[in-house]
Parts: sequence; C-alpha cells; structure tokens
Amino acid sequence: MVGEETSDEERAELRETLGLMDPIHVQFSRFIINASKGEFGISYQLRRPVSELIVERLPATIELVVISALIALVTGTLLGVYTGINRKGFLSDFVLAISLLGVSLPTFVIGILFIYLFAVILGILPSFGRGEVVDLGFWTTGFLTASGLKAIILPSVTLSLFQMTYIIRLVRAEMMEILQTDYIKFARARGISENSIKYKHALKNGLIPVITIAGINIGTLIAFSIITETVFQWPGMGFLFIQAVQFVDIPIMSAYLVFIAFVFVMINFIVDILYYLIDPRIRVKGDTASG
Amino acid sequence: MTFLKINNLSVDYQMRKETVYAAKNVNIEVNKGEILGLVGESGSGKSTVGNAIINLIDEPGKVSSGSVILGDLNIHENSESIVKYRGNKIGLIFQDPQTSLNPILTVGEQLIETIQTHLKLSKEEAKNKSINLLKEVGIKDAEVRFDNYPHQFSGGMRQRVVISLALCCEPELLIADEPTTALDVSIQSQILDLIKKLTKERNLAVILITHDMGVIAETADRVAVMKSGNLVEIGETKKILTNPQENYTKSLVSSVPPTNKKISRFVIVEKENSDKKENNIKILNRWTKKGIIDQDLVQIKNLSKSFDDNFFTESSKNSVMAVNDVSFKIKEGESFGLVGESGSGKSTIAKMIVNLFKPTSGDILFDNVCITKIKKRSELMKFRKQIQMIFQDPYSSLNGRLKVKDIIAEPITLHNPSISTLDLNNYIYDLLESVELTQKSADRYPHEFSGGQRQRISIARALATQPRLLVCDEPTSALDVSIQAQILNLLKDLQEQLNLTILFISHDLPVVRQMCDRIGVLKDGKLCEVSNTEDLFLKPDHEYTRELLRLMPKIESIYN
Repeated sequence: MVGEETSDEERAELRETLGLMDPIHVQFSRFIINASKGEFGISYQLRRPVSELIVERLPATIELVVISALIALVTGTLLGVYTGINRKGFLSDFVLAISLLGVSLPTFVIGILFIYLFAVILGILPSFGRGEVVDLGFWTTGFLTASGLKAIILPSVTLSLFQMTYIIRLVRAEMMEILQTDYIKFARARGISENSIKYKHALKNGLIPVITIAGINIGTLIAFSIITETVFQWPGMGFLFIQAVQFVDIPIMSAYLVFIAFVFVMINFIVDILYYLIDPRIRVKGDTASG
Repeated sequence: MTFLKINNLSVDYQMRKETVYAAKNVNIEVNKGEILGLVGESGSGKSTVGNAIINLIDEPGKVSSGSVILGDLNIHENSESIVKYRGNKIGLIFQDPQTSLNPILTVGEQLIETIQTHLKLSKEEAKNKSINLLKEVGIKDAEVRFDNYPHQFSGGMRQRVVISLALCCEPELLIADEPTTALDVSIQSQILDLIKKLTKERNLAVILITHDMGVIAETADRVAVMKSGNLVEIGETKKILTNPQENYTKSLVSSVPPTNKKISRFVIVEKENSDKKENNIKILNRWTKKGIIDQDLVQIKNLSKSFDDNFFTESSKNSVMAVNDVSFKIKEGESFGLVGESGSGKSTIAKMIVNLFKPTSGDILFDNVCITKIKKRSELMKFRKQIQMIFQDPYSSLNGRLKVKDIIAEPITLHNPSISTLDLNNYIYDLLESVELTQKSADRYPHEFSGGQRQRISIARALATQPRLLVCDEPTSALDVSIQAQILNLLKDLQEQLNLTILFISHDLPVVRQMCDRIGVLKDGKLCEVSNTEDLFLKPDHEYTRELLRLMPKIESIYN
C-alpha cells in the first residue's frame, strides 16, 4: 500500500488507520466481528474490499470445481463398478494402472503435460485463462461461449484426475466386498438377474461410503484448485490466494481460509443429511427392532 | 417317489499347487414331503453340497462332475439353465438372517423383485402374494411390515422373511443351510416348526443342513452324514442315531451331550490318544492347592447393570437394564452354570465378576471381600490373579501377533515379574501339556492352530495365574461337537485335579447339564431360579425354565 516515497509519518498514520498498532486480541476480536458481518477488510495489494474480490472470483472457481467433481464422480463410479465386476481382463488392469498414475503424479505435472500435449503440440485447446465469459449480473459464466467451454476442459480434467482415481479404487473395493456378502449370495440363490444384483443390490450399497468420501473430496477439490488455477492461469479464488501469499496480503488470505472452512463444514452437513436419506438404518434409529 | 437325485457330485477347488475336493462322489436322494438332514462338522462339505445343487459355488471352486436331477430335469446340463431354477424350482435359506437381506431395500421390494423375476405377475398381484406369504410364515401386520427395512425385524422375524423369500415362487425343493444356528432356542423351535409345517402343506422336498444332532433328531426323516467331502452314511434318522454303522457316525453321536442324563465324561471314540486317560497335570507341582472349605467363594448381591443409551441425557428411563437385581452364590469347588438366551445378561454378569464392567448397583464378594469397591490397583491385581476368564471365540480372543509362549507368559510375568526365564519356560511347557498340547506349540502363532486347539491355549493362559475361579463364557459354542466334547472333558479333569471353581455360561442346556452342579436361569436380566442341576432338569420350578426345557432340541426324542 505504500510506495518508495511515502514518508514515515504517512506510514505511521496508515498503520494507525489499518489498526495494526492495536494489541493482538483487539485486532482478532475486530476481525471476528467484521467477519461475521461478511467484511474482511481491504486488500493491501489491490486496495479494494476483499469481499468484493472474492465474489468476483468465486464463479470461476465454483464452475471449475463443479465440473471436476462431476467428471470425478461419474467416470470414477463407472470405472470403479466396471473394474469391480470384471476383476480380470485387459481393460480393468489398464484402468487400474492408469489410476495408479493419477494418484501418484502431482497435479501440476499433469497440468503441464496436458498443456504441452493439447495446447502446444496439438493446438486444439487453450493453455490458459477462462475464454470469453458472459456476465449475468450476479455471476460470470464461461458455459455460454464456445471458447469458455473449451477453456474449462483441461483444468477441470487435471483437477479431477486425483479424485477420480481415488473414487475408482474406493468403488472397486466396495463392489468387490459387497458382491461377496450373504445378501448378494441369497439374491443369486433366488434367481435375481445378474444386472439387478450388480446395479440395484450391490451398487446402491456400495455408494454409501462413496458419498462420504466424495463430500470431503469436494472440499479438497477447492483446496487443490489453487495449484490447478495457477498452472492454467485460471482467474479463480485459488489464483487470487496465491497472489495474496506472494504479497503478504493478509486480509485476502484470511478471508479465503474462512471461506474454505465454511465450505468444508457445509459439505459435511449436506453429506450427513444425504446419509440420512440414503441409508434406512440411520433413518429409523430409536425405532428398534420389534416383533 | 424320488424327487431330487444327486449322482456322483464332486466339487473341487483348483489351488495353485493342488486340487482340494470339497465334496467327492456324493450320492443323495430326496423325496417330496421329506426332510433330509445333512450333518457333519465344519469343513465336512455339507454346505458345499447344498450350494452345488444350484451351482452357487464361490470361485475358484466348481462342480467338477456328477449330475443333479430334479423331477425329470437334469438341472446341471449347462450353467445358464441352472439360473432359471434358482428361486423358481429351488429355494435356499442361509444361516444368518442378519446378513441375508439387503439392508437398504424394504422387505416388500425384495419380495416383489423376486416374484416378478420368475412369475408373470403385475406389481399389485406380486404385492398381494407377498403379503399373503408373510402372513403364512407368521409375520403379524404383514401389510405394514411389508414396507419395513430388514433392520426393523428381530432375528427370528428376519429368518421368517428369508423363508418367505425362498418360498415366494413356489419352489419344490428347499435347501436350508443352518437355518437356526444363529437363533435362540425358543426362536429356533418356532422356525423349525414352520419349516416342518411348510414341508407338509406344500409337499416340499427339504434338505436341512446343520451341525446340531438335536435339531436333526427332531425334524429330519432321513439323515446323511458327511465327513471331509465324503458321504459317510445315509439312512433313516432313527437308525443312524441309534445304531450307527460307521465309526465316524458313532463318534459324532457319542460326542453329543445327552439331554436326559448326566454322564461323567464324554466318550471319545476316535483319536489315538484314547489310551492316555490318565492325564498327568504337571502344573500340579506348582499349584498351591487349597483344600476345599465349605464356603461361598463368590457372592453376588442385588447386582444390577444398566447401559445408558445416551451419555449426555441423564434420564434413566431410556436405559436398558441388562442385569436386574441378581443375587446368587457360588460355593468353592463347584461348577455353577448360568443359562439364558441372547440378551439375558449372562455375559454381562461374567464381565462384572472379572471386573471388566462396573456394576450400576449391588455387590460382588469374592472370598468375602467386596471386589467392586476396591479402588487401589495393587489390591485389585490380587483378585484379578485369582479370577480368570475364557472367552467364546477362540479366534478373536488370542492376539495373532504373539507367539503362544508369549501369550501364556504375559499373565505370569505380570503377576510375578521376578520369575527367571528358565522357570518361566518350564512353567509354560507344563501348562501346555496340561491342556494336552505339545511343547512345540510354544513357538507357533495362534493362526496355526484349529479352533479347539486355540481354546486349549486360552485355557492354558487362564490357568497361568493359578486362579481359584474360572469364568467360562460360552467356551465351546464356536466349536464342533467332537471338539466340544474334548474341551469339556479337559475342563472337567482340570477342575477335579486343581479344585477349581467354575462359572460356566452357556445357552446350551445339554452342555450345562453335563458340566454344572448348580444352575441359574436368566431371562431379560432377571434370575428366574437357581437350583441343583438334576432338580432343574427333572422338576423345574419356573415357567420359563419349563419352556426352555420343552423347546430344547433333544437327540433322545428319536427313541419315542
């Protein structure tokens, strides 16, 4: 906020107005009070209210995370079910080998490889940015333009890879375990068709733990998006955060962290409610076995 | 008329090195309206045969030869055709009703799906059929229960649902794989009655797979005995149980604890060690044997234990009284039996006596000292040394990461830290020999032993501190009858020679009759009656005891 030629008096005055001279507990309680009102102060670097900055960047991150989560959940579950049912076979082995790569390769390496392959060599997808965006007033979206859609492919796939491989392995393990249970055996003994056994009886049970993990992982996706956004110069919150770190822009950092914490709590809350809806054993607690 | 004909059926498991036969050249015939009992100990291949009939063998096992003829159909012609008969012509019931039903589908959904798979019925018709079926198997308010999830049913009710599922498409053959093993006696007799009734009414052919000779005696018309994949003997139930031809069948029948009389020892027909009856108990030298004084070693006074559902709300109205105002005494040197069904609080009492649970109220006196009020750890240790416990499941009660000698050494060094290594090792060897295990066992790990041998290790561990009271919580429920007979013999010998006092907890009345001098009967946490064993069996006082005795499956019923 200060330049080379700012005088010492001006610096002191600025410290005073920013409240930096107050004792820590005063500063902290002021932060809590303001935060509860949605005010996180003014960015030291950009000199604009932090809440305004976050609202501006939020759509980019949310769109990226939602698309990645969808990719991770849908392909992860599909491939997980496939590999869980067809335990042997070339395709299963291939998927598992690839999933090992997904778990072990860091996001930024995958991102750079993708950029090199699709943007530099093949030249079919943009290497950075969000493309053209449409401003809906409260939300800026890249979904409505061709360049916006093209731009989201690489970053969202990069971001989803880790979660996807995680979900593949989880669903696979769950499916394999459930297909060994007594009630699946009993269903077989009753002549229930294999398709119903796999997709109705087994999959439904197998998805219960996936929901928990997926919930927690959406939070992780937002956190991970810092790296992906930096690699792809994606104008989202993560990118904003990285810049803030470089400039020790504390108001932005604290606002971002509070926001992430809030998202985690909300997601876990939603997961608990989903659990209640999906698993009847939780729903009727207290109404214990009778008869 | 022969309805089911199994010819030369073999099932094998292709392992990397060898082929294991789970069943070999089995020939069985079953008629309509008949219950065939299939008995054998664990690993005998009885369940394998049941599953092989509908070709439901887990990988890598497969039916390698033989044919299964149902009526005039060869149902093993090809692997696709068998699927058509599952549920349709052949119904199957599994052992554990807790795990046989899909937890996230309602009972109705599971019934309708099964019915619609085989019969061309609309959803409405299938629903009506299901509700009638639920009524037929004895479920009240079937219309309401139809929409319930499996966990809302009790164990017995759940097994009824399983039966209705197995029967919903009018099969002609029913295979029941240990249908009552996981259930209490009272529920067991209801389920067996139901199966008998359905067999008659529907003219079913039934294969009843079980390890329980009492169940066989009371339900089966004919019985087939299996041992390590081979059919040993098949014939009329009465003939097989009263006049078995094969040695194996003889030993199996003689291992079953009789319900109508008390015998001093179980006759072990098989096994080479029948000659060494004179089991020298080497630990006797170390045992500071106390003469039996005519006194009460354990006194339980108004003992209660409640488990609060909720830790935070202190309201006691939701709390479950697991044990409710129970009082009894155990004399020094006697065997006291506690019997009751699951949930009767018998294990809770055992855990309070060994001080694993704190009683909610009441006192436990051991040797005239109230052990529930002891605060000091060193004081408590003195009593822990004198009271030892043997648990039900020999698989989970031994630490798999420790060698047998370390398992047994642990309590010894805990109570006697100054013991020398040489002395310790000798003591461990003595203990092992006392429970009829070899010295070599000391350097092995628990997983290398069978269930019966593990229970012997548990006993050796319990004896290591030279206890005066041995609390045995269902010590043989997880074991086969012949192994059970050996373990019970061992416990009897040890008690006799070491003057042990035993608290023997079991749901199995015949076993308790053989083991105990006096018996207490528990129901829902309350003590119904305490009396001498023979009095209890011959002229029970309490209504509930009479009920239990009436319902217990009796192998002797075959003589009537």
